[in-house]
Amino acid sequence: MTAHTMPNTTKDATPAPQDPIMTMTGAEIVVRALIDQGVTDLFGYPGGAVLPIYDALFHEPRLHHVLVRHEQGAAHAAEGYARSSGKPGVVLVTSGPGATNTVTGIVDALMDSIPLVVLTGQVPTHLIGTDAFQECDTVGITRSCTKHNYLVKDVNQLARVIHEAFAIATRGRPGPVVVDIPKDVQFATGTYVPPEAARPIHPYHPQVIGDPGPIAEAAALIAGARRPLFYTGGGVINAGPAASAALRQLAALTGAPVTSTLMGLGAFPADDPAWLGMVGMHGAYEANHAMHDCDVMIAVGARFDDRVTGRLDAFSPGSKKIHIDIDPSSIGKVVRADVGVVGDAGKVLEALIGAWKRRPPEEGPERLAPWWARIDRWRARNGFAYRPSSTVIKPQYAIERLYALTKDRDTYITTEVGQHQMWAAQFYRFQEPNRWMTSGGLGTMGYGLPAAVGVQVAHPHSLVIDIAGDASVQMTMQEMSTALQYDLPIKIFILNNEWMGMVRQWQQLLHGERYSHSYSASLPDFVKLAEAYGGVGLRTDDPAELDDLIIEMIEMPRPVIFDCRVERTENCLPMIPSGKAHNEMILGEDIRDIGSVIEAGGRGLV
Amino acid sequence: MSRPPAVDAPASAYDMGHATEIEHLATFAVLVQNEPGVLHRVVGLFAARGYNIDSLTVAETDPGAQTSRITIVTRGTPHVLAQIEAQLKKLVSTRHVQDVTRDPNGVERELALVKVRAVGAQRMEAKMLADIFRARVIDTTLAGFIFEITGAPSKIDKFVGLMRPLGLIEVSRTGVLSIERGLEVG
Repeated sequence: MTAHTMPNTTKDATPAPQDPIMTMTGAEIVVRALIDQGVTDLFGYPGGAVLPIYDALFHEPRLHHVLVRHEQGAAHAAEGYARSSGKPGVVLVTSGPGATNTVTGIVDALMDSIPLVVLTGQVPTHLIGTDAFQECDTVGITRSCTKHNYLVKDVNQLARVIHEAFAIATRGRPGPVVVDIPKDVQFATGTYVPPEAARPIHPYHPQVIGDPGPIAEAAALIAGARRPLFYTGGGVINAGPAASAALRQLAALTGAPVTSTLMGLGAFPADDPAWLGMVGMHGAYEANHAMHDCDVMIAVGARFDDRVTGRLDAFSPGSKKIHIDIDPSSIGKVVRADVGVVGDAGKVLEALIGAWKRRPPEEGPERLAPWWARIDRWRARNGFAYRPSSTVIKPQYAIERLYALTKDRDTYITTEVGQHQMWAAQFYRFQEPNRWMTSGGLGTMGYGLPAAVGVQVAHPHSLVIDIAGDASVQMTMQEMSTALQYDLPIKIFILNNEWMGMVRQWQQLLHGERYSHSYSASLPDFVKLAEAYGGVGLRTDDPAELDDLIIEMIEMPRPVIFDCRVERTENCLPMIPSGKAHNEMILGEDIRDIGSVIEAGGRGLV
Repeated sequence: MSRPPAVDAPASAYDMGHATEIEHLATFAVLVQNEPGVLHRVVGLFAARGYNIDSLTVAETDPGAQTSRITIVTRGTPHVLAQIEAQLKKLVSTRHVQDVTRDPNGVERELALVKVRAVGAQRMEAKMLADIFRARVIDTTLAGFIFEITGAPSKIDKFVGLMRPLGLIEVSRTGVLSIERGLEVG
């Protein structure tokens, strides 16, 4: 019952001893299982407890292994790979520090629902619990930050476990799964079971198709709405391109506006007139006001994160809320849902389209005309406005130019975490899903560079840009070396203001302008750093030069670090101050008053 | 096993408006796959999300099907209890979750061992009360008893309360066990 009391049984192994091909070492079972799961690329770092698997990889042309420089980079690269391709990301690391270094990436994947399968080596079973060299309790450490995890002590269970790990990582609400494999199990000989023959260990059947009752209720609510709003999240991206297509169709049918979380950007095209922009703390003025004033909110694959809702007791007070989510525990977790639909976002949206077509509302789109008139008034406030400059590069301007010069290309964007991330979300206009990779839930500085590596592995011929900050990018800078080794021409576009910009902004607004330890007094020379890695460095602080250098970066067939020197003390606005409601958003023009707007209670919040 | 924050704690700006709801006790029977670490998954969930555990019992109940039954007594507002149930169901190792408290067919029992030091008239009084509560004497000396009592937790609370002025020394309780009336599997 408690740890390690289960007998080390082999009775559940599917026996196929007659077939000699199916008998192999544990390490070969791992490799074979990955191939049978359709894996083509994996990210990893070798070490003592995982050497047998690396040995089995040595002559395996079907698996392309990307050697990272730090295991955290492997996890983030696998996340970028997964999010941009729709396939699970695979990580292979050794025991002890190899495993613990992946933990940040694993938590990041759990928070943002990214399918990862993380294979960790472990000390031999007879040494487990003896404080052996490079031993750590990997399953204990990762139990609370994975969707599920396994310690495999019997080589005959190994194939079953790996196949199930892929099923659990990818089905239902996706997430990370850790499989810890002791070294003696990698050496031991056992039976391989292919995916179709492997009996699952756990019954795992997440509900995919929504129940017709609540779907009909939801359709009736939308049909009767006068101020409807779609609030969509990462779940729409995770549900695949069909879900984004269904969202576009349903939005067009209903005539309702669409906003989305940070994680959901791209599911609905930013150029569509029904797009209101991102919602939340640094979201669009019109999106936040629409959230506050709507009468029917259709939440799809979104989880009412505190960055979205602001002050909960003032959150969208007049609306009926429809919540569609594949995770039943998400529905009603933070905000009460009037109608909850458990199911895959795409499948439920398609069912809603069907229900809508069977019983279209009596009135046409003109029923929403007053709602759109109000939205247009909010739009007219131009909440993302900033003061342009001809002498310094405004960070917002840099993103605008980056978007203008890359929008007609096959482009993928990753980010680090902070002001630059919010500006990217505000000013880069995503038209398609899977093009935007960012750390939303965990907010991991250092995510973007390795994620770009992963995206470029999945899309070798695409343009992959990490919109970075000068502080974040140094957390995983070593993965530049990975990019060079595998000819991955990623572009690191650093909005360099020499500050931890978001920290500085909060210190300015909430801590009496006491800038405690948020200034980087000794930044590296990013151009020389790029050259040291064997890449290309570019730098400018001149708005007039910006376009030419962005074009030079885009056309460079090698990894580039672009040190874009921007206005140092620009604040990221608009902003919902902590503890305030959506309709109390502060615009750029109000900035002088912001310190007085946030009250003592708000200062205590994150 | 800390108590949840008092209802009159300062309202957070992220206050969900549930703070004014009344807390209830609830008993969840959780059937899980018996595998290493499964108890930690369940207990860790309660710790990580700040839920309270009033009592916990666990044992393998069907070796053939490799299932264990974990009975957890917890407390919370209806909204929190619904979240606890959903989070328990979300664990991959969970096979079934039953809210025994809300189930009219749910039966809850607990066993306690109660050590009492009493002489003379008080000793007789303790024995008489034990008879009323149908507690069994499992050990005795001229100076006291050890009683074994089973029943609903409230009955045990009552018995322990009565023993306290008579010389209660120590109590050991199993925590709540639960099962459903009828012949079906919960």
